[in-house]
Order: sequence, then C-alpha cells, then structure tokens
Amino acid sequence: MEPVLQVENLKTSFMTSSEEVQAVRGVSFSVEKGEILGIVGESGSGKSVTSMSILRLLADTAVIHKDSKIQFAGQNLIQIPKKQLRKIRGEKISMIFQDPMSSINPLIPVGKQVAEMIQEHHPDRSKADIKKEALELLRKVRIPEPEKRYNSYPHEFSGGMRQRVMIAMALANKPELLIADEPTTALDVTIQDQILRQLRELEEEYGTSIIFITHDLGVVAELCDRVVVMYGGLIMEEALIDDLFESPAHPYTMGLLASIPDLEQDKSVRLQPIPGSPPDMTNPPKGCPFAPRCPYARRVCGQELPDFVEVGNRHRSRCFLQYEDAPRDSHNPFAGKREKIAGNARAAGGEE
Amino acid sequence: MSSENILEVKNLTKHFKGPKKQIVHAVDDVSFSIGRGKTLGLVGESGCGKSTCARTVIRMYDVTAGQILLDGTDITKMKQQELKPFRKNMQMIFQDPYASLNARMTVRDIIAEPLVAHGLVKNKNEANDLVYPMLERVGLTREHAGRYAHEFSGGQRQRVGIARALVLKPELVICDEPISALDVSIQAQVINLLKDYQEEKGVSYLFIAHDLSMVRYVSDDVGVMYLGQLVEISEADEIYKKPLHPYTRGLLGSIPIANPKLARLKVKSSIEGDIPSPIDPPSGCRFHTRCPYAKPECAQSKPELKDVGGGHRVACHLY
Repeated sequence: MEPVLQVENLKTSFMTSSEEVQAVRGVSFSVEKGEILGIVGESGSGKSVTSMSILRLLADTAVIHKDSKIQFAGQNLIQIPKKQLRKIRGEKISMIFQDPMSSINPLIPVGKQVAEMIQEHHPDRSKADIKKEALELLRKVRIPEPEKRYNSYPHEFSGGMRQRVMIAMALANKPELLIADEPTTALDVTIQDQILRQLRELEEEYGTSIIFITHDLGVVAELCDRVVVMYGGLIMEEALIDDLFESPAHPYTMGLLASIPDLEQDKSVRLQPIPGSPPDMTNPPKGCPFAPRCPYARRVCGQELPDFVEVGNRHRSRCFLQYEDAPRDSHNPFAGKREKIAGNARAAGGEE
Repeated sequence: MSSENILEVKNLTKHFKGPKKQIVHAVDDVSFSIGRGKTLGLVGESGCGKSTCARTVIRMYDVTAGQILLDGTDITKMKQQELKPFRKNMQMIFQDPYASLNARMTVRDIIAEPLVAHGLVKNKNEANDLVYPMLERVGLTREHAGRYAHEFSGGQRQRVGIARALVLKPELVICDEPISALDVSIQAQVINLLKDYQEEKGVSYLFIAHDLSMVRYVSDDVGVMYLGQLVEISEADEIYKKPLHPYTRGLLGSIPIANPKLARLKVKSSIEGDIPSPIDPPSGCRFHTRCPYAKPECAQSKPELKDVGGGHRVACHLY
C-alpha cells in the first residue's frame, strides 16, 4: 500500500551566528493510511524538528537540506511554493501542539475559530452550514454543551478543553494526516487519558493517519501502532509497537525501558539510569550518537555511524552490535537473540 | 528526646484570597505524618493542593488553620527568627532546575549560601570543605564548583539543587516534582541519588509528583489529594494494589502503561470531566461531581477519612 507520507533523508539544521546546530541528521520513515506512528525521543533528539519540518513551520534560521524529501500526495513538500503548502496545511495535514494557545487566538470565540478553519478551505459553503459542522466537531471532541460554549473565549476554558478545541480545529477538514507534537504533556493524567482515547476514536472514524510525538513510552504503548525512536537527530530503532517493548533491538531503547519503573517494579531493585547526558548537537559525536553513554560501546561505535540492520518484520536498528559479523560475546546484549528475532519475523510473516 | 515522626501535620488548612474576595480552598483539613527515614508520596492532579501543602509545611506560606509538628516541635505559628534553626532541618528541592538556581552565582556559592545563612561556616574556605564532598556526593566534581548554572544540563542543575538542599544535613527534605522537568533517561539518575542518600543518612522525604509509578517506587506511604483534600492514604503497595477511593481508581486507571499488551487488557476506569474550581468547591465529597458511584448523600455530607484496616485510610461514603 502506498504510504500517506514518506520522509526521506531529512536533514534540518539551525544556523546561529557562530555555529550550526544539526537538529535532524538524515531521518527516513513513512506513515501508512490509518496508522498511528509514534516518534519517541528526549529533548534535543530532533523529534519535534522532524515534525515541524514536514509542514515547514520552522524558524527562519532553520535550513532543510535540499536533498531531503517529504513525499505527500505525489509532491515533495520541501520543494513546493509556500502558497501551495498553505493549501495543504490545515486541510490535508494538520498539527496540534503541546500548548493549545499556540494555535488558538485568544480574542476570537472558540466556535468561530473552528468555523474559520472550515471556511478557509471551503469558501463556497454557507455560514449556517459551517456553523452546524463546527458545533458537530465540538460535540465530537466532547466539549460539554457546545451550543452554549460556541461563543466562549479560550480563557474561559481549562487546559484540557482548549486541547479539545485545538483537536476540533485540526480535524475540521478531515485531514489525511494529523501531526500531534506532545499534545498531552502539559495535561494531567486523567485528562491525558481522555484525549488519547479520543484520538484513537477519531483515527478509527476518519481513517486519519497520526504522527504522535512524545517522550513518554507509556503513552506510546497505549496509543501507537508503530514507533520510531530518535536520539541525537537520528532514528535509532523502528519497530511495531509490541516488538519494541518485547524485544528492543537498540541499547538506547533498552536503556530507556530499564530506566522507568512500572507499577510492579520491585522497590528494592535499583532503577538503571542511562549514565551521562544527551549529546551537544552543535558538535555531534562522530560515530553513533549514543556511543558515549552506551554500556556496550566498542571502539568502532565512536568512529563510524552504523547503518540500519533489519532485525525482524518491519523492525530495524542502527547498531553495530546487530551486524552479522559483530562479536557474539557477553558484551553483546543481542548475542543469541538474533536468530530468535529472525525466527519471530518469519512467524509473523507467515500469519499475515 | 526526638519524636517518632519527623513530621506531623494535623488538620492543615491553607486558604488564599482570590479575586473579588473569594476564598481559594487550596488545602483543607489535611493530616498526615512521616516517620524517620521514610518517604511519603503525595499525588494528585494540578490544582489538588499537593504543592501548596508542601509549601505550607515548610512555612513558605502562613498557615490558615491546623498544626505542623517538626520533630515534635510545633512550628505552626513561629516567627521567622524563631523558625530559622528549624528551617535548617527541612529543606526543599524544586521542580524547575532552571528557575530555582541563581544565574549570577557560581555553583560553589549556590551550595555555600545556606551554610553561610545558617552560620555554619565562617568563610568560603571553610565552606569548601563541605561543598566539595557534597558536589561529589551528588555526582558532580569539584571542577564544577566555579561554573554557573547555565553551563549545566537540566539533570546536572537538579543535582546542584539537591546538593544545596542536602548540604545542611536536614532530616526532612521536601521534593516538589523533582524529576518532572527532566528527561526520562535522567530521571532514574536523580531518583537513585535520592534513594541512596536516604539509605545512607536516614533522611525523610515528602515526595510530590504526578508520575504515579515513580511515586510508588520511591514511597513507603502514598497520599492521594483531590481539590485540596486528602481522599486516601496508605502503605504504597497497598494503595496501588487495592485502591479504594473512586478517584484513586480512576487516577491509577489513567496512567499509561509502558507495556502495549497490558495496556490493551487494562480495564478502563477513566474519570470524565475536568477538576472543579477550588474557589467554590463542590459540597459534601468534592469528587461527587465526577464520581461514577455518587449517591445523594455524597453531595450533602463530607466523608471523614477513616481507617478501613491496616492503616489504610479513605474518605468515601462507600466505605
């Protein structure tokens, strides 16, 4: 099946007066129809810059490399004129953010803002018709008493309600792709739970593909079908959701999973943090960006960047230890697992 | 003789004056205690009063009503001057490692300041003898002492904040969301540091966070707050295995589980709606407006926190 969006070798840098911050350093992935793809990473991993690059919503200091490609509906979004991109934004691809006030106008009643989204892309429709649809959207995102709330201003809404309004605006034109950049990070868990369920329902109802950017592995596990793990401006691992949690194939992913306690965690067992801190992207490490913090790093890891290794069905990892010729000793966490993973992949393939 | 509990809070109430002379019921009639070398976790959603509670305990705010006993001494109404020696014994670690460190001071000065303020050292050299080991204790080096906060990452800054709190050797440390602003890979570093220090020195923590799995991991007891009130408090594992209050159940049901297979099996017991305003909180049980089990009684009378066995206390008319 043709993917909805295909990102190929995306490289985005920010130019400051003295240096170049290489935020995204060659990222490729695709999103299929009706799929929820998670992009997980810590601050500075390049996950947000990746998503902002798709719609070219970056600051003026950002430069997207000319060889990068973002294929959507037969066009390369990097190359098309801004005016054409404007047609796509909000209609075919829309975006929601962590802070709803970044996309909501505080001076305009919320209902009107939702209506404007529809009108912008459908200027020929009647006002009454548009209002009816805006109300329907507010109802769909569970704004209580939408008729009453239609004329309320954003400041009269709680954080969770504003987030719903933003989702209603983003879905106003039934986009093919919704990019959600940490939309629940600032919310309380009970509200986050409501929003996640809603995104799931909307995906099922409209068949909208979703790119969900987050640092929270729990959220990924609950929501996503597939996941991309980013670190130091690169994808480290990509896998179907169950595979990532059951058989992580990159030491960084393993480290992340080991550092969070779950609700059954034995309290007498120490957490296993990842030592050190993330790399400085003005001067990224020459080899694997995770090598300086990786407990399994070998000399080659600090010198060269590994390529992706296919380790299973739609499962790839950028790690030298996954190479065919990597030493299979006690310092290789994947020693002996390789055959097993390959076996699983065959089994999974056989079922389809 | 020192008392059994390092901290005892009795019927603590903190009201703020809101706009138009309205009263914000930030904390209402909250009681708990923390044993020596123990950790009490306080959880709840934003606006539930957990941070206000902590700040009132440390007397950053004046108390509206109730009593705070630190190591057996009533500090509720002490004047600032009287309070000073007790302040030394209770220190605070803040959420935002960017806002809570003075950008114009070196790390050495930041950590030495409380020592000077409490008259524990006469001069800088003397302070260094305490500052350097503390820096090393929190995983930094003496080379870091001359640097400024902006030269550090978030995790390192939080270590500086922890060093500043611990250098006075307090018996009670209040940790207000100490890891919320940190990256996942860094959070565990800070948690291990706090736990190790506790094991070593027997310090007590009041640990406030909204990350429920982390709270369970660090705490001996856990209290759940909703709209300024304590709705349930118990031994940590007990509250997670056998949550009684409908709010606690909903809160636990809302935590995303980092295990996709379990997540799919999870029985969804989510809470609908938003938190009401603390300016005019609902009558009776404050949770009744969102509670799936609410009875007419719940809107009328406030349920008392009662022991349902084994020190597990819950404020709900169902029990």
